[in-house]
Amino acid sequence: MTAMIDITDAKKTFTMHLQGGIELPVVSGVTFHVDPGECVVLSGPSGAGKSSILKMIFGNYRCDSGRIGIRHRGEVIDLATAEPRQVLNVRRATIGYVSQFLRAVPRVATVDVVAEPLIVNGMARADAQARAGELLHRLNIPERLWQLPPATFSGGEQQRVNIARGFISELPILLLDEPTASLDAANRAVVVELIGEKKRQGVAMVAIVHDDEIRHLIADRIVDVTSFAAAA
Amino acid sequence: MADQNALEHDEPLLVAKSLSKSYGRIAACRDVSFSLYPGEVLAIVGESGSGKSTLLQLLSGQLAASGGHVSYQMRDGVTRDLATLGEAERRFLFRTDWGFVHQDPAQGLRMAVSAGANVGERLMAVGWNHYGRIRDTASDWLTRVEIDVARIDDAPRTYSGGMRQRLQIARNLVTEPRLVFMDEPTGGLDVSVQARLLDLLRSLVAELNLAVIIVTHDLAVARLLSHRVMVMKGGRVIETGLTDQVLDDPREPYTQLLVSSILPP
Repeated sequence: MTAMIDITDAKKTFTMHLQGGIELPVVSGVTFHVDPGECVVLSGPSGAGKSSILKMIFGNYRCDSGRIGIRHRGEVIDLATAEPRQVLNVRRATIGYVSQFLRAVPRVATVDVVAEPLIVNGMARADAQARAGELLHRLNIPERLWQLPPATFSGGEQQRVNIARGFISELPILLLDEPTASLDAANRAVVVELIGEKKRQGVAMVAIVHDDEIRHLIADRIVDVTSFAAAA
Repeated sequence: MADQNALEHDEPLLVAKSLSKSYGRIAACRDVSFSLYPGEVLAIVGESGSGKSTLLQLLSGQLAASGGHVSYQMRDGVTRDLATLGEAERRFLFRTDWGFVHQDPAQGLRMAVSAGANVGERLMAVGWNHYGRIRDTASDWLTRVEIDVARIDDAPRTYSGGMRQRLQIARNLVTEPRLVFMDEPTGGLDVSVQARLLDLLRSLVAELNLAVIIVTHDLAVARLLSHRVMVMKGGRVIETGLTDQVLDDPREPYTQLLVSSILPP
């Protein structure tokens, strides 16, 4: 089986020029891989660099060195050295990212926020909206809210909209940054179910979850981020 | 690697090579090079005096460069050096395949003629002559930029700032340009009006697959609209990359200063 994500010796340091140029080592020697249909959970205390690693895999944070191999349309592309245009292509066709917070565009209706990733990849608007509706329904967002922009929703509702938007696409890689953080038990169970479905579809996932019970339910493998602690 | 082959197939729309502009001893723009692809939105950010507006004028052929050149792939597929275009060719490009959205709509509109004529004029310039069709297309564009068609016969001087800016956008987009230059398009507007305009621009750009070069000092505008960012300081590009990369993980001291100066929402 060929890995979807193959990270070798990746390193990240922040240089804070406004604080006299101090160097903040985040992680180094990050090495692990994720196969299709597998959910790898990153573990470690706050500040260990879990989110930074997710952001490096998404091409949001740049790597100082090392390699972030991503299987994109059948070939391996190194995101650590890819051109901006390649990174955008990879995000459109290969990697989805469910962040902790919804970055809502003003005025866009919830159902369209959720449907957008499908429309961008060429699905007809009506079909995409129907799929969005199904997901919103599963995540217990009442239909009367679908036409409203999510900006005014509660934190939990916004996160569920965000999850719907992340899970709607059929991308082969999903990165999940605390997808269940502000959800109640019923909605947490829905997310666990959605992750299970993605695994059966062969999606490779990397997740950060603090809840032990959820971690136990979704993790196929745990990667301990403290082993990548950068030497200060 | 994977996409590099695929990427080689589509060619850049606009290529800038070592562009420079000096005013006497002052270098307003130094050695700027980049390629812009169809459908790509590039934001040029930096504070006043960083050279970003000069760069926009060089790129759009409104100002002659002191060094370097700009080439553009014309609609017939031939790539031309802008400096070799005749005045008539350059003006034709501006009326058809390019748009230019000014910060002050009064610079991009004719304030005393009707909104319909402002939009229709660009169509007539490319040879449309059927009054009914021109009016229908103008009405259609007013609707797309959320201007009540009942206002089609009013002159833009009777419009609010936000409406004027939307009209300027309609006037620019009616000829289906492939490249639009924008100079601080949300600059003089109230915050609520800005949000509406940005949202409109964002959907139009995606729908029409427009390439855009947008100059802004507002990083929130860059984040919402652009794929790529170039940060300018003292006439030079000091940092460039994917928009979220540059804004979330800025490397250069000046970029870190810019990013850290944004007030949290």
